[in-house]
Amino acid sequence: MEMFGKKRVAVIGAGMTLFRRNLKETGKELAWEASSMALDQAGLELKDIQSVVMGTAPDAFDGVHMKGEYLADGAGSWRKPYSRVFVGGGTGVFTIDAGWWHVASGQFDTCLVVGEEKMSSCYPHPAYAFTTIFDPIYARPLGVTLIWIFALEMHRYMHVHGIKKEEIARVSVKNKRNALDHPCAQLGANITVEDVLNSEVMCWPVQRLDISPTSDGAAALILASEDVAKKLTDNPVWIDGVGWCIDSTFWTNRDLYFPQYVQGAAQMAYKMAGIKNPPKEIDVAEVYDPFDYKELHHMEGLMLARKGQAPKLTAEGVTQRDGDLPINPSGGLLGVGNPIAAAGTMKCCEIFWQLRGEAGKRQVKGDPRTGLAQAWGDLMQYGSVVIMRS
Amino acid sequence: MRDAAIVGVGCTGFESVTPDISYKEMMFEAATRAYQDAGNISPRKDIDAFISVAEDYWEGFSIFDEFVPDQLGAVLRHLFTVSGDSIIGLATANMLIKTGHFDVVAVESHGKPSDILTLYDVVSFAMDPILNRPLGGHPFYVGGMEMNRFLCETGNSKEQCAMVVAKNKGNALANPFAAYGADTDVEDVLRSDPYFYPLNKLDISQPSDGGVVIVLASDEVAYKLNDNPIWLKGVGWICDTPSLETRCWSEAVYARMAADMAYKHAGINTPSKEVDFAEVDDLFSYKELQHMEALRLCGKGQAGTLTEEGVTSLDGYLPVNPSGGMLGMGWPLEASGMQRLLEVVLQLRGEAGSRQLSDVEVGVAQSWRGIPTATGAVAVLSNC
Repeated sequence: MEMFGKKRVAVIGAGMTLFRRNLKETGKELAWEASSMALDQAGLELKDIQSVVMGTAPDAFDGVHMKGEYLADGAGSWRKPYSRVFVGGGTGVFTIDAGWWHVASGQFDTCLVVGEEKMSSCYPHPAYAFTTIFDPIYARPLGVTLIWIFALEMHRYMHVHGIKKEEIARVSVKNKRNALDHPCAQLGANITVEDVLNSEVMCWPVQRLDISPTSDGAAALILASEDVAKKLTDNPVWIDGVGWCIDSTFWTNRDLYFPQYVQGAAQMAYKMAGIKNPPKEIDVAEVYDPFDYKELHHMEGLMLARKGQAPKLTAEGVTQRDGDLPINPSGGLLGVGNPIAAAGTMKCCEIFWQLRGEAGKRQVKGDPRTGLAQAWGDLMQYGSVVIMRS
Repeated sequence: MRDAAIVGVGCTGFESVTPDISYKEMMFEAATRAYQDAGNISPRKDIDAFISVAEDYWEGFSIFDEFVPDQLGAVLRHLFTVSGDSIIGLATANMLIKTGHFDVVAVESHGKPSDILTLYDVVSFAMDPILNRPLGGHPFYVGGMEMNRFLCETGNSKEQCAMVVAKNKGNALANPFAAYGADTDVEDVLRSDPYFYPLNKLDISQPSDGGVVIVLASDEVAYKLNDNPIWLKGVGWICDTPSLETRCWSEAVYARMAADMAYKHAGINTPSKEVDFAEVDDLFSYKELQHMEALRLCGKGQAGTLTEEGVTSLDGYLPVNPSGGMLGMGWPLEASGMQRLLEVVLQLRGEAGSRQLSDVEVGVAQSWRGIPTATGAVAVLSNC
């Protein structure tokens, strides 16, 4: 029986909760709040949803084994085909990639995509959950932490290209300022480069204001096939490219100055979307920025800037909301917050709102037609990318 | 686009303990065999996407996805993890192929429960942390409660459940991959220690270590990779509800709905007539009967009688778990579904050795994610 076929996939609704530390809502409740907002925007009810994909990062945050199962009813998946995809920090953007194949395969007409994270219930600090991401023989005995390895990567990136801390701090200043216009943001602020450089040193060269916060939150999107989307909205946003790529487990054995896996994910997505000149063809991008240097690092991986050139674009204002290539108009993880999987999904929501002209005070100039969201995960190892067009 | 086909399978075999081999070696071994089976393809250029099926707590890592690519030959390639049952991994591979952007997708699953010092405490961590976990106790009490309700409502008996154990452990004696084959009779099962009333010790599958990798291909390339492709006619998966308090305790609703979805795609209307044999989840003995009824292989309350009459035996007209099931092969965590699927593929290929069924064309594999979930998946496969 012919049940399948290649289909174009639209995004027709998005929603998100506040991003905060210590939200009172449970993870299930956060997932529900974001999902129902997305359903409302799409003009659909739960009964119209044929499949559900959940993105949520380590179970260790919640202390719940099979966390995807636990969250299922919160994400509206009662008696529905439901699955959880998990690629570390890359999960939030990867979840919409997974939603894409649910619909593009022709198997479902609609898919609810949910990213959820509740980090603050992990005591004494969610960073402890990350002590178990390392190889138990080679790395854990060293007492490695996440900030420790990112300090290595940041240092290498700065060293290879001769980049100064001041140039990197501008990213934090930009994103936290952008977040002042985001109603869900946790850490919107007007700060200066000096503030970043004077903040507490965590693990040199990483300082407190280089890092995104601990957050709780959820974000959701509704995906639909072309036929369904056209009945429901005059303004669908199309998913034209998806990409993902993983590098070796052995992060110690490669040069950290360039994220080859992000490039691999971007190449896959650009090929699918028919994009040949990314800086010219991408109008707005949400680039993964759990640390300020990562925005620059990832812009280069995404080939939106040449290697070592992303700080220059930032200094010239190109990546500001009114620049030629706005990066993280939402405020990113540094400003809006970083509930891991939800943060990546929030980036997809932001691109959807930007392409629909619904981003309010955050709306970038001109009439953006093509947007990109990207996340990064695992052991400095994973890239996930989605490209949308209005 | 037509159906996708399984063109390669690889398995390590299942053992109660495997101190001689790491999980990475296990994954490598299963993957290498599957790639060879699929026309000796190279993962570095011939496989378009890789799916690993794993849960962090089973593995003892946060973000286990990190530790997957190298041993599968997937470095700098398109790999991801599905935190779910392995037949849901297969369903995911199927969707990727149906998008038209992927021709060959590998699905990896493994379990190494012998590495877990506190296996059943890990299971407890899947219980609702507010409503259920504080009640304490070994989490398999949920299985005992469900068995009680299932037997009460359907009229199947504890003796018939014991017959499932005897049959499956007996079948496993003919399966070189099986860890727990044994010549057992109904009395042995009924006399074994009561664990979670009415579940006795021998009603419960024991953990086993092992890995299975399959390679799924689009119809355009299937015949290039294997002369005997096994077609995936339909696949379905359902999460009923995580709530113990509000779910149905007699019927496996997740399996019924997943089967309906798979049968619809496969064009199967009367499964009891159109399905030649089935591999179903039997983590607990009663689950085989409950799942047979959910899959509509028989009417409600009839699964026990069919078992008693030998219909589900190797020489019956509807063999169930010819591999020995999980009671015979062991419980390899998320790889359990793929363990079922592997047997269906081997039987449909005619490669099941001394337990080979004759004249089989359509087989069903079904999985359940175990306590405390109500999530399961069903795949319908055919050799023609």
